[in-house]
Amino acid sequence: MPLIEAKNLSVSYAGKKVIENVSFKIEEGDFLCIAGENGTGKTTLLKVLTSLKKADGGTLHFNKNLKKKHIGYLPQQTDVQRDFPAGVKEVILSAFLGGMGFMPFYRASQTKKLSEIMEKLEITELSKKCYHELSGGQQQRVLLARALCAAKKLLILDEPTSALDSSAVQDFYRIISELSSKGMTVIMISHDIENAVKYASKVLHLGESEMLYFGSSEEYIKSFTKSKGGEE
Amino acid sequence: MKEIIYLISNYDFISRAFLAGLAVSLCASLLGVTIVLRRLSMIGDGLSHISFGAMAIAAAFGFAPLKFALPSSALASLLLFRLGGRKMKGDSLIAMISSGALALGIIMISYSGSGTDMNSYLIGSLYSVSQNDLAFSLVLCGVVLICFIFFYHRIFSVTFDADFSKATGSNVGFIENLLAVLTALTVVIGMRLMGALLISSLIVFPALSAMRVFKSFKAVTLCSAIISLVSFCIGFLLTLVFDAIPTGACITVVNLIMFVLFFLLSVKKQ
Repeated sequence: MPLIEAKNLSVSYAGKKVIENVSFKIEEGDFLCIAGENGTGKTTLLKVLTSLKKADGGTLHFNKNLKKKHIGYLPQQTDVQRDFPAGVKEVILSAFLGGMGFMPFYRASQTKKLSEIMEKLEITELSKKCYHELSGGQQQRVLLARALCAAKKLLILDEPTSALDSSAVQDFYRIISELSSKGMTVIMISHDIENAVKYASKVLHLGESEMLYFGSSEEYIKSFTKSKGGEE
Repeated sequence: MKEIIYLISNYDFISRAFLAGLAVSLCASLLGVTIVLRRLSMIGDGLSHISFGAMAIAAAFGFAPLKFALPSSALASLLLFRLGGRKMKGDSLIAMISSGALALGIIMISYSGSGTDMNSYLIGSLYSVSQNDLAFSLVLCGVVLICFIFFYHRIFSVTFDADFSKATGSNVGFIENLLAVLTALTVVIGMRLMGALLISSLIVFPALSAMRVFKSFKAVTLCSAIISLVSFCIGFLLTLVFDAIPTGACITVVNLIMFVLFFLLSVKKQ
């Protein structure tokens, strides 16, 4: 049974249909890259997958074993966060709340995992800093650390590399493919298609109100990018 | 100084107002941090107008004012918190509902002919804090403190990134409803002392002052509580010395001065 299966999904945003008849299947351990121009409903699709938005047509099935507390999510930055007084640790630790029920305080094992992930992302030296004093790239890495701490089975990333410089982007893909090879399912929106398809196992390409492609990334590289004469 | 201590300890109505004020200041400053950060600063103002309207309706129809104002404000607050920013822009929704409720309240008071009460609702007064109000504000303060200790991390997470919290399985609705109801209750009780026009200053000023200087959520929350309690004490003492000034106005001005001090401190720090 697939982890997530969508059939003829359609979703509206602000009264306008942005996604129509999208179907795809995500198996456990897949690394899916979602591509498409601006306004093709990529972020909206992620909001449907994270149950933040309801689809208004079609069906969406989640595997019974996938619970919300197994999901790690990196949303785009919001206005509220720009001048928010938050310590870096406070932000990353909030990843664990979903699986804690009514437990009021964090456990030692959770703070340990926090340090491991901060080390992996090379942001240990930021741990005493305030979130809004960080650069865009540092903020993105902090939110990525939060998503990684939360993810047990599924990692959903909305443009995780948009503020990173090229060496940090390479590190990012290295970490994500390592996780994916260990069985983590990854769904990611990226504008950096050339890099992303190299690491992804599947690609979903959304067009203006229709689905242009869904399938393996090898096929996608062969047929799609060449016929379009390269990407953007 | 001796005189002031004598006043507070020997006049029941003054000690009642002092204790209730301390409790309300603490509640308002804690709740204020998340309200200000979520760009809902006007919600305190909106809620006070709504509870003014509710109290006026209660007076006109002879209901017990608090018993009517508490649930109706709590309901309105849930509406503002949950709908704000979804169906309509939060600020226009608050502006619409609050001026509507205020107008309704004024009509009710004029119609029922109890015009003398209007001032005490709008500006607040030392003399209007009853034994019941004091008991209620102490209980409310206890509840707010317990909620902040137990749900502190969740309140932070929901305020910082509600979408992330929802997507990863936190019960965001519960925390939002809890904050909405506690804010409404704080406003209704605080209105007796501070007045409908000024109660929102207790909510926004301490948080804004604390945010000038402190950079983590924990530090801002703690500092906001301390600023609020200190400002309340200074403001309250000043009204005892200059007894012509209404308490609410005095406390608000002290809070404003605090904000300026913290602002200057932050400029100096840079």
